[in-house]
Amino acid sequence: MTNRAIVDTSALGKRRGARGQMKGRTLDAQALAEVQALLGDTPRRHDLLIEFLHLIQDRYGYISAAHMVALAEELKLAMAEVYEVATFYHHFDVIKEGDAPPPGLTVRVCEPLSCQMAGADELRTALDGKCGPEVRIIGAPCVGRCEHAPVAVVGRNPVDHATVESVVVAVAAKAIEAEQPRYTNCANYYAQGGYRILLQCVNGQRQVEDVIGALENSGLRGLGGAGFPTGRKWRIVRAEPAPRLFAINIDEGEPGTFKDRHFLERDPHRFLEGMLVAAWAVDIAEVYIYLRDEYAACRAILTREIAALEANPPCPLPRIHLRRGAGAYICGEESAMIESLEGKRGMPRLRPPYVAQVGLFGRPTLEHNMETLYWIRDILEKGGEAFAAHGRHGRKGLRSFSVSGRVVKPGVHIAPAGITVRELIDEYAGGMQPGHDFYGYLPGGASGGILPASLGDVPLDFDTLQAHGCFIGSAAVIILSQHDRARDAALNLMRFFADESCGQCTPCRVGTEKAVGLLASPVWDTSLLDELSRAMADASICGLGQAAPNPIACVIKYFPKEIA
Amino acid sequence: MSAEGTPRGAGMQAAPGGSERSERGGPSLPSIAFQLNGKALAALPGETIIEAALRDGVDIPHLCHKPGMRPDGNCRACMVEIKGERVLAPSCCRVPTAGMEVASDSPRAVHAQKMIVELLAADVPDKLYRADSELEYWKKTLGVGRPRFAARKQPAPDISHPAMAVNLDACIQCTRCVRACREEQVNDVIGFALRGAHSKIVFDLDDPMGQSTCVACGECVQACPTGALAPAHEAWLAPVDRTVSSLCPYCGVGCQLTYYVKGNAIVRVEGRDGPANHDRLCVKGRFGFDYVHHPQRLTRPLIRKMGVRKDPRATMDPADPLAAFREASWEEALALAGGTLRRIRDERGPGALAGFGSAKGSNEEAYLFQKLVRTGFGTNNVDHCTRLCHASSVAALLEGIGSGAVSNPVMDVLQAEVVLLIGANPVVNHPVAATWIKNAVKSGTKLVLADPRRSELARHATHFLQFKPDTDVALLNAMMHTIVEEGLVAQSFIADRTLGYDELKANVAAYSPEAMAPVCGIPAVAIREVARLFATSRASMILWGMGISQHIHGTDNARCLIALTLMTGQVGRAGTGLHPLRGQNNVQGASDVGLIPMMFPDYQRVDDLAAKTKFEALWGSALDGKPGLTVVEIMDAVHAGQIRGMYIMGENPAMSDPDVAHARQALSELEMLVVQDIFLTETGYLADVIFPASAFPEKTGTFTNTDRAVQLGRQALEPPGDARQDLRIIVDMARELGLAWTYDHPRDVFAEMRNAMPSIAGITWERLEAEHAVTYPCEKEGDAGQRVVFTDAFPTPTGRGRFVPATIIPGAEPPDADYPFVLITGRQLEHWHTGSMTRRTQVLDEIEPVPVASLHPTDLAQMSVAPGGTITVASRRGSIALAARADAGTPRGAVFIPFCYYEAAANLLTNPVLDPFGKIPEFKYCAVRVSAGGEVGPAFGYDSTRQPGAMQ
Repeated sequence: MTNRAIVDTSALGKRRGARGQMKGRTLDAQALAEVQALLGDTPRRHDLLIEFLHLIQDRYGYISAAHMVALAEELKLAMAEVYEVATFYHHFDVIKEGDAPPPGLTVRVCEPLSCQMAGADELRTALDGKCGPEVRIIGAPCVGRCEHAPVAVVGRNPVDHATVESVVVAVAAKAIEAEQPRYTNCANYYAQGGYRILLQCVNGQRQVEDVIGALENSGLRGLGGAGFPTGRKWRIVRAEPAPRLFAINIDEGEPGTFKDRHFLERDPHRFLEGMLVAAWAVDIAEVYIYLRDEYAACRAILTREIAALEANPPCPLPRIHLRRGAGAYICGEESAMIESLEGKRGMPRLRPPYVAQVGLFGRPTLEHNMETLYWIRDILEKGGEAFAAHGRHGRKGLRSFSVSGRVVKPGVHIAPAGITVRELIDEYAGGMQPGHDFYGYLPGGASGGILPASLGDVPLDFDTLQAHGCFIGSAAVIILSQHDRARDAALNLMRFFADESCGQCTPCRVGTEKAVGLLASPVWDTSLLDELSRAMADASICGLGQAAPNPIACVIKYFPKEIA
Repeated sequence: MSAEGTPRGAGMQAAPGGSERSERGGPSLPSIAFQLNGKALAALPGETIIEAALRDGVDIPHLCHKPGMRPDGNCRACMVEIKGERVLAPSCCRVPTAGMEVASDSPRAVHAQKMIVELLAADVPDKLYRADSELEYWKKTLGVGRPRFAARKQPAPDISHPAMAVNLDACIQCTRCVRACREEQVNDVIGFALRGAHSKIVFDLDDPMGQSTCVACGECVQACPTGALAPAHEAWLAPVDRTVSSLCPYCGVGCQLTYYVKGNAIVRVEGRDGPANHDRLCVKGRFGFDYVHHPQRLTRPLIRKMGVRKDPRATMDPADPLAAFREASWEEALALAGGTLRRIRDERGPGALAGFGSAKGSNEEAYLFQKLVRTGFGTNNVDHCTRLCHASSVAALLEGIGSGAVSNPVMDVLQAEVVLLIGANPVVNHPVAATWIKNAVKSGTKLVLADPRRSELARHATHFLQFKPDTDVALLNAMMHTIVEEGLVAQSFIADRTLGYDELKANVAAYSPEAMAPVCGIPAVAIREVARLFATSRASMILWGMGISQHIHGTDNARCLIALTLMTGQVGRAGTGLHPLRGQNNVQGASDVGLIPMMFPDYQRVDDLAAKTKFEALWGSALDGKPGLTVVEIMDAVHAGQIRGMYIMGENPAMSDPDVAHARQALSELEMLVVQDIFLTETGYLADVIFPASAFPEKTGTFTNTDRAVQLGRQALEPPGDARQDLRIIVDMARELGLAWTYDHPRDVFAEMRNAMPSIAGITWERLEAEHAVTYPCEKEGDAGQRVVFTDAFPTPTGRGRFVPATIIPGAEPPDADYPFVLITGRQLEHWHTGSMTRRTQVLDEIEPVPVASLHPTDLAQMSVAPGGTITVASRRGSIALAARADAGTPRGAVFIPFCYYEAAANLLTNPVLDPFGKIPEFKYCAVRVSAGGEVGPAFGYDSTRQPGAMQ
């Protein structure tokens, strides 16, 4: 019998030579010392990985390979575990050997729809080369200041209604930190009757059942977009075994949405009181607040005000952790946010199990959008019925509409639930801008679809828009005029989704990218787009991929002339 | 579909509280009735829709799902429609509930399935990287035509690794490789980086695979559905004639594998669902098979040329055996070898002969070899490399609890609350066993790692005790002191099942952690904490390796471990007990069948008259009633002129013995040295007659792994040329020595072994053929086999375990001013034993081609030696020069050298002092001097391209 090898062994011994190191990268002693100095005495917990990456990014302006190796060593993590997290988040600049470190200053030009309509693309192009070699100009997903579009963020300093000139001035002046808004601080909040409701709860003047009942009567629903009834959520999580955790979502990233920032920059303790009432009612062990990294001013406020509250608490407080996002829209998805809080890539979890049962660190978790908690004091002071008494066209309650686009007075407008977009424009947003006629609108940010002016009299609320292939979500309303095209909006949004897809599931990872290619074509292949959209909506893991095709279907259905 | 050719249910997850996946759910729990495609179906508890469907013959499309792996649900090819739900559900993740109505064939579900496959196919090139690409299969099965979407920009291939090619153009981001690397093997090299369409499989910090920390277990390759990760050289595209279910030839873990064979050559290897490995393999098992095809294989019997002297100091050229030998016929070689040994026996008596069998051969070979020595030579001078690895452990175990084998399989770590791993580096030496330990840690088991060297497992350990070399007894006695002092002993266990506790208690009284802390270098609080942890856990299991055994106090070290389990009652239940990790693939079996000088098969002492009488009757031959000499003693006896003839099968003492210059000298002085091997080894180079033998895949036989599982290795290839199967050669030799043996097949030998060995009496050959593995004790046919032993009693005359106190005996040769470093020898992941096989496989040789010594980077810096620079390591017995490797895991003041490199044989340095009980040499501790520079000899390895005689 022949006995020749199939595998070619002719290369045997070709690569001789001793390897002087263990396999893979070696630890750099200086980098380790630097990382250890940055981390100080902080426990080397894996869930703090993103916080630690921030420390390195903030200190050095980027995250080098040597620092990642050192951080892995320090946390007893694998290098890949550090790298995959660092490269997931946009706000970390991962620099390997041979890569040039980023310039010392980054200017982020907000790209999504409201800013684009206000000339962001042109601004970004015009800024090229205007700020010098030490400044990098990049596009950014929604920075949550759509009422001031276009916006460019110089370092951490948002420049509203940005122009080439105002950005260049800010850069030249090294104005790179966010300006502090005027807000109600801890002392003033106490002085204005703050934390009385919380004390009533803690002191036994209010019963859990009554509080939950009031919420149920108010009709308050989750204001992050999903609209789950708040009272019912409390009941569900309360029934789960302790310890229960509380995760608060301030990763407001839905293009067009800026209400959470609006409230936080004005009355942070109103939110904190709502949070503490919820923590009391659901008997929460620890609270985690997840704040998007873009909201530097809010972070300063919350850091200061939580410290002030802890220094002068109305009652014993649960442990409050303020965690910083790192530039990932997907972390606004509740389970992705939990992953991120655990120090991981923000990839949504499959459900079941639901976070109420298996959430943060595997514990039953109450998760809320910040604004939901903001209304709790009001509801308990005035009664659930008072809140429910608001509303129009048969709907109940109040909504905080983030209005942007072609209106005279963009901003957060607290209006009755069920208001129509025409009423909203006319009664709250100062009407259309001169020279702009109402053409269409996005009722719920990037994911909520696009409707034509002809459907401008549909009540805006949970459950009212489904019939039209849309939803209200976080109530971010973007107004289009005759100068805008819905297909351009759809392409802008799809690019946003492709950029922000976490990459976990096929329909979203590949689907959004392929959809961008198809939407850029002058004539849309509507049948293929329809096939793709159905699969994305049906088969994606989370709301991002499921809702990403909404604008496509809307354009095909309501704006057929644009794509023929 | 079974495109991967792997059995269902493979690759068990580390589930807390249960190690047998077959127990999943359990038969008694009710099944869940639901509907699939309008048909009633019953799912087992915990079973997902896709699993229940497949049992019913419905194969739902899937890509990221691989049976046995944690379902991840990311590819979305397996979407099904569930009545009443808004969106489709991934059938790989969803467990049906009673009455659920599921459709995998509805238009909506099928549309999604097809679109997913089309989207993935759009980004994958037409070129296949594996003939059985799962993506291609589903594309065809679902009727997905040419994708209508533009392809992505494709990355360049990464061929930096000798074993595997990275073709990310075929990657579908299913993360099976990530799960294989992170959740199964827990090597944590592969990550899923970046996001969205940029999402990418990366190694470490997106480094080329060949420059990453990858240990090349190949689990990712086995997991990959498209060949984006594939064996190098397109081995997945090579045609295959047949597959053979067999075993890995290397370590004692005993992984089952499948040989993919074309003609008479192995094309590739994949893991199989064996009890010890559940599909997993390591780099040696998966990629270390091509040594069998190496051009240096011996294919003709060889006889030393007249006038060519045996030079123990000469450097041989393994490619050129004909420089010293001539080819001969089998008849001539057998007649010369057998005739000369017979003459020596007849002239000088049986004591002038000795034999070394092999822990790499089968049970049948080992059994016949010792029977040949005992009945043909007439002596008990038969031993094998167990003497060099766990002889001291076995001595202590036999003395203490009456059995030298493990009490629980490795897999029991999954049921342990605490695992104490001491003096072992399983990530290197028992890689697949290490994966189960890492799985256990992931599911909550606390790992206490105690070792002077910091291995990769330290990252996973709950407690890592990096104690000073040679201070095992100090550390362990201090732990026992704590347990006694703090009242954590298991009183009733001690009372009911042990003897000698008072002596032990008195002994450990002098070893407080505070007193021992400066001795062993571990703070007293840490010793106390670990002692409490071990004593008070629900189930604590000890695993150890040669860091315990290879000392002159190796038996004492093991006695301490035994005492630790006895005093805490941590033995005799699932997840708790004693496990000496056996080194070679059949070292357990070879010892079991009597390939040791003091025992007949099944540990029946040769000086026990009843045992002797029994075997004399069984074998029809008078037997020697005196224990024979052990490995190192035999070498000394050769040196002393007492032993004149030897038969060595598959062992390489000229590399593996301590103070190997002495051993080589002894071997060269033999009147007749018969060596049976597949390559010209350093030992063979000193032989008079060499028999060309069979490599592992060229024969059938049983092998007993570290878990006491008797497993069947099956022949996949014919031996090359005139090479013969070892069993036949032993039988031929027996005939030359006047024994009328007639064994036609290993099963004939196995049948005789069953008569000789009560422990395996119940195992039939037919059952092994059907089940591949049966664990002993299995005394009656039909017995399940006992995974966990000592549940009620120990196999001692009293049924009780015995405490044997140990005091501190320092190593024989502590460092001093002249020789200030401690030398520790051992293995590398890639190389096996003396390297004769592994250094002849392309992949393993490429990863570790030349000898290296590992030192702490600070020590190197102090000597001004750059990593990779040359150093000379000298002991009182010899000196070698080799490259230095910076390894922060090596303690300061120590140097670690693997013993597999003939170019710089570590055993030229080692100290041949022996443990008095186990007769094991002190491989883990001797004094050396390390200096910068030195003359490195030609490091050829076994380069197959080199012409014979080209060596300097």
